Amino acid sequence: MKLSIAIAAAMLAFAPAAFAARAWVLPSQTIVARAGGWVTFDAASSDDLFSFNQGAYPLDGLAVTTPDGQPVTPQNVSKGRTRSSFDLEIRAPGTYRVAVAGDLVMARWEEEGKPKRWRGLPADMAANIPAKAEKLEVEQNQRRVETFVTVGAPTALKPTGVGLELVTDTHPNDLYAGETAKFQFLLDGKPAGDLEVEIVAGGTRYRDSPDAYLVKTDSKGAFAVTWPAAGFYWLDAAVTDENATVPNVKKRRALYNATLEVLPQ
Amino acid sequence: MSHSSRVFLALLLSAAAGGASAADLSLNLEIPNLPVAEYHRPYVAIWVENPDQSIAANLAVWYNLRGDHTKWLPDLRQWWRRGGRDLKVPADGLTGATRPVGQHILKFDAAAEPLAKLPPGKYAIVVEAVREVGGREAVRLPFEWPIKATKRETAQGTKELGAVALSLNP
Repeated sequence: MKLSIAIAAAMLAFAPAAFAARAWVLPSQTIVARAGGWVTFDAASSDDLFSFNQGAYPLDGLAVTTPDGQPVTPQNVSKGRTRSSFDLEIRAPGTYRVAVAGDLVMARWEEEGKPKRWRGLPADMAANIPAKAEKLEVEQNQRRVETFVTVGAPTALKPTGVGLELVTDTHPNDLYAGETAKFQFLLDGKPAGDLEVEIVAGGTRYRDSPDAYLVKTDSKGAFAVTWPAAGFYWLDAAVTDENATVPNVKKRRALYNATLEVLPQ
Repeated sequence: MSHSSRVFLALLLSAAAGGASAADLSLNLEIPNLPVAEYHRPYVAIWVENPDQSIAANLAVWYNLRGDHTKWLPDLRQWWRRGGRDLKVPADGLTGATRPVGQHILKFDAAAEPLAKLPPGKYAIVVEAVREVGGREAVRLPFEWPIKATKRETAQGTKELGAVALSLNP
């Protein structure tokens, strides 16, 4: 009994994505007429989309970039019990990328028969994992949870080249019900082929079926989705591989989530 | 002022402004009287649409000019996505104040901007209206350019717009 609890706990610690609630960042608006206003964001993890009824999503990796790719610091960043939030002052026309991104290493080992765990930045790994660690297992965990806001006309978004990410051939602030959007997934800047992508409409509390739309990327990492109706959608994809980008680490898990707004015709 | 006298005045004004000889495109649109508790005049965008739904020419954009209300222009959803978002407002000869309930006549000279530059082809006039705490509606009236014969197209709005009529006068 005790042993099985320990195993379950270890499994939980090592497979957060498989069990964790859905992570999302929800903007107060995605289309802004002109510079000189504010957009507010909520960030949370919840099974219901987009209800902040489970846990706040930590904003440690909050990374907002202006239309010309410069980092910008949001204001009024706060973490509550069920949601985190922040305000972004919109100062320039074009598309803002609003992301919470992380690149962490998770390690588990034994020291004199006792289980030990550590989670932190790849750069701090050597200082925190003892050389004599037994049964050492390390995993890189890359994560990107993002959304987009456009002021005036949309501008192109540049891929970061890090982890799993969405390339928006159809601009993420130019999505309309009944139309087909074309996207591509990249892993470390290269096409992520044969990747399963899940798309779920918001308002899950108000329907009986989850209505998840599953699609696989082709060999070029490309996929298309025809939006059945207007609303906010949550997009989810994950890769588990042995291509960690941190030295001395093999296992890697890369996760990607986006919140996209589809407008009516 | 009653409806009919306003229409008469508008007709009188347009007759005085336009010469009898020049070809023109004229649009008669009705902003309906709506029995609602909170009424605001609608924002309206009127444009010439290409077959691929891009904007060939903007004809009119009416929004609240008192104070800074340009932040609500994206609510003219189709107009905004098709090119409203690329336009700097206010724009001379294009943007204007919202209009009251009633009939409104707009006349565009075929030989003057913005129609003078329109290449021959198939187009549509789109009238889109959106009202604060109200709804949104767009109607389309197809036409061919240049104007060869007198022609009339009509469309009927169901919520935010009343009857809309397009007259082509060679």
